[in-house]
Amino acid sequence: MTSPGPTADLPVLSLLIFAPLLGAGVASVLRNERALRWWSLACTLVVAASSLPLYGWFDIGTAQFQFVEHAAWIPWLNIHYTLGLDGISLLLVLLTTLIMPLCVLASWRYIATRVKEFMVCLLIMEAAMIGVFCALDFVLFFVFWEAMLIPMALLIGIWGGPRKVYAALKFFIYTMAGSVFLLVAIIALYLEAGTFHIPDLMGRPYATGFQCWVFLAFFLSFAIKVPMFPFHTWLPAAHVEAPTAGSVVLASILLKMGTYGFLRFSLPIAPAATHLFTPYVLGLSVVAILYGGFTALAQSDLKKLVAYSSVGHMGFATLGIFTLNASGIEGAALVMVNHGVTTGALFIAVGIIFERLHTRDLSQTAGLGKFMPIFAGFLGVFCLSSLAFPGTNSFIGEFLVLSGGFAYSKALAISVVPGVILAAAYMLRMLQTVAYGGVRNPSHAGLADLEGREILTLAPLLVFVFWIGLNPEPFTRVLDATVQHLLAQVHRAGPLTSSLP
Amino acid sequence: MTFSSFLLAFLPELALLVGALVLFVISLGEERVDRARSAALLVAAAAAVASALGLGQQALLFDGAYRIDAFSQWLKLALTVGFLLILLASRELPDIRRDVKPEYYFFLALSVCGLVMLVSCVEVITLVVALELSAFPLYFLVAMRRERAGQRSQMEAAIKYIMFGIAANGIMLFGLSYLFGLTGTTSLQGMAAQLGPVLQSPLAMVGLGLTCVGLFYKLAVFPFHFWTPDVYQGASNETASLVASLPKVGAVAVLVRFTSLAAPDDRTLPGLIALLAGASMFYGKRFALQQKDLKRLLGFSGIAHAGYALVGFVALDTAGYTAALYYIVGYLFMVLAGFVVISHVSRDGANVALEELAGLHRRAPLLALTLVVGMFALAGLPPFVGFFGKLALLKAALAKGYLALVIVTVINAAIAVYYYLAVVREACFRDPGDQRAIPLCWSARTLCGLLIAGILLLGVGPARVLETIAGSLSPP
Repeated sequence: MTSPGPTADLPVLSLLIFAPLLGAGVASVLRNERALRWWSLACTLVVAASSLPLYGWFDIGTAQFQFVEHAAWIPWLNIHYTLGLDGISLLLVLLTTLIMPLCVLASWRYIATRVKEFMVCLLIMEAAMIGVFCALDFVLFFVFWEAMLIPMALLIGIWGGPRKVYAALKFFIYTMAGSVFLLVAIIALYLEAGTFHIPDLMGRPYATGFQCWVFLAFFLSFAIKVPMFPFHTWLPAAHVEAPTAGSVVLASILLKMGTYGFLRFSLPIAPAATHLFTPYVLGLSVVAILYGGFTALAQSDLKKLVAYSSVGHMGFATLGIFTLNASGIEGAALVMVNHGVTTGALFIAVGIIFERLHTRDLSQTAGLGKFMPIFAGFLGVFCLSSLAFPGTNSFIGEFLVLSGGFAYSKALAISVVPGVILAAAYMLRMLQTVAYGGVRNPSHAGLADLEGREILTLAPLLVFVFWIGLNPEPFTRVLDATVQHLLAQVHRAGPLTSSLP
Repeated sequence: MTFSSFLLAFLPELALLVGALVLFVISLGEERVDRARSAALLVAAAAAVASALGLGQQALLFDGAYRIDAFSQWLKLALTVGFLLILLASRELPDIRRDVKPEYYFFLALSVCGLVMLVSCVEVITLVVALELSAFPLYFLVAMRRERAGQRSQMEAAIKYIMFGIAANGIMLFGLSYLFGLTGTTSLQGMAAQLGPVLQSPLAMVGLGLTCVGLFYKLAVFPFHFWTPDVYQGASNETASLVASLPKVGAVAVLVRFTSLAAPDDRTLPGLIALLAGASMFYGKRFALQQKDLKRLLGFSGIAHAGYALVGFVALDTAGYTAALYYIVGYLFMVLAGFVVISHVSRDGANVALEELAGLHRRAPLLALTLVVGMFALAGLPPFVGFFGKLALLKAALAKGYLALVIVTVINAAIAVYYYLAVVREACFRDPGDQRAIPLCWSARTLCGLLIAGILLLGVGPARVLETIAGSLSPP
């Protein structure tokens, strides 16, 4: 296994995982709220900065896992501490480290109570999320996967809206119910293959019946996380009640873990079952796109609107993955990143409105654009991005997914088209009302436009909207080898995967 | 064997026996509560140190009835450390009558002494005696709760406890008589040798099954669980924390000794165990869901956790036993975390309703953290010990092909999340209202820290512990 020089002896992924934990440890003894905010910002910025060189060191010519770290953890159970990245997980790690400082910034004033606990939860979340994308041992993956539940439930349940307790419990129980079957599948795979090492589990000739059970267990767990129709009902509740940072983390990163799970586990480990179940999953994806679109169109709560649009967008991601061709999967990976950028930005924008008006009702927020022109500009860009306007990031992703869909089946791709139109409809409806609508809420008059901190929160995302939109090559470049390898695995054409270093 | 090596091998038991005698003498006088408490703490600390010193010992004492080996020694360490933690958690025994507090400590030490002896017994008569020595003091402890208006449930609890206990012991003796009749020996090693050829006979199966009943009672496995919720509710918080933790460790240890008598490829005994495990989980979960009293909730969840521990026994191999022992030691910490919170939140030693936890995160952040860690660990979430225990158990059971049992277990784990979350919801998501803040003294803080660290470290770094347990199980 070759990995470039600078990382050979530097456990860079471990550092990324443990730095936020260390930060959380320090934050738990800080007393001053101001110091806490600055400290958390510094921590997340340092993690973001130290994750950037990964992109430079990443070797795009190989589908091997890179930056691999391997150590014995619980030898008696044959569990190892193994980390590594491929193209897909690299992008998602970078997305995570980009989003987290913005979450801290977005909570700067929004979170006024129990700041210490909030920041500690956020930093633990960051560690767990990076861990999920880096883990190459299935038990280690599961540990990170479940470890996110507690801080996320606390984020929703303590700092959330009026129905926060309901939302937190629903989120927790839904996710937990899915993941217990994941655990059984992990153990069953271990007993079949004799290892928890993920690359070693891929590409083995498991019996088709066994693959089907494993696929279904995976599917339940990941589909709840995505969330795919009909497992999506926890999502609107959780999004609406969560504080801004919680919504952003949820939308930008947590939802990606479901689709990441499909890419990392379902396809390479159970390829035969994948082919068997593909039509059904594609059907559910189309339903999700249309359902998300129609429901979003009917919402009057801004957060709910964005939440349901997430269901639709993630439908594109699952659609792309299960077309099982290069442009579909590459598109899906891009949709994941784009959705992280755009929906994250939209949730921050809704948070900014809520901080000022203490309402998220569409009619109450009508006409904000007259008083907050800078904000309206940002909102306009992100809305256009969300409806996949050419030139913005989402266009590239959805275009690739749709072209993959056409290659798979014309009927399938055509049935998705109304979803694209719906996205335009609900997003433009929101933009039109908020930015240009007639003012009905008298408290608008005294509204201040965005301050420096808020511009700073939104600006990086704006950069990525256009960067990915106009020049996606740097992003697709890292995906190519990985996606080709994945396709070889799922179509059983390629050589067996690597073993341990 | 020289006297000094005997002394070293028998040191933990001696420390507890001498300590119990000292406590007995103290209890003869009047108004010696503080002295008794200090003495009890001293005894517990001495026993823990003695167990730590005795870790490497190997000996066969009392004509082969009593074996000191790696297995017994680490269990003694776990038991005595647990004893120390329970004493620290029990504070000033607020709900025990003042004039019987010294006796309370005396019985407590005696019971732990019985448990410590239990794990070393390799001869069934000795084993039964040790079992009784650990059980009888507990019957008294349950009844020793203070009487006050509207609180007579301790008597009901004690009667239930003793009736079920004695019945279970009778059944166990009956089973042992079968085993004795088949083999003509009371030594476990002799039994194992003699049982081999006749193991598949119904008589041997019945004998083994009935013997296990006595231990299932201690472990609170369905259908021998009926005492559990009432005893948890009726006994004082401190007694309940003892009943809920240490005897279960002892029961699992002895269960390992007995089930290893069965043939490794036997399917009857594991089938029975699997059935009881599944039934315990469902029963425990079903009733835990509707509890309003935190102790009762822990009682029902204890029944479910006994079911989890049994999952390890269906495998009838080292992997399964190791998993069960690891799980039950982890459970010791998890359940004590719950009881520490109960004993601090409780007003004047009364039982704690779920609503009384409201806003605990404001009233006592450290207690809330302990509770959250304990509950999530019980729910089986990583990175806590509850998760890795379940993982090891499921892996052992699935390796032997018990897929149905594994599915039942994970479904139960998912259901269980709800009521543990209900506890967390009260503690973290509710407003405290006008409930008072809870000041914590340094010893309580240390205890909380120890429990959190134990739950976390046993989970994150279990490699050494698992290897020690597995190593101690391999036949000498």
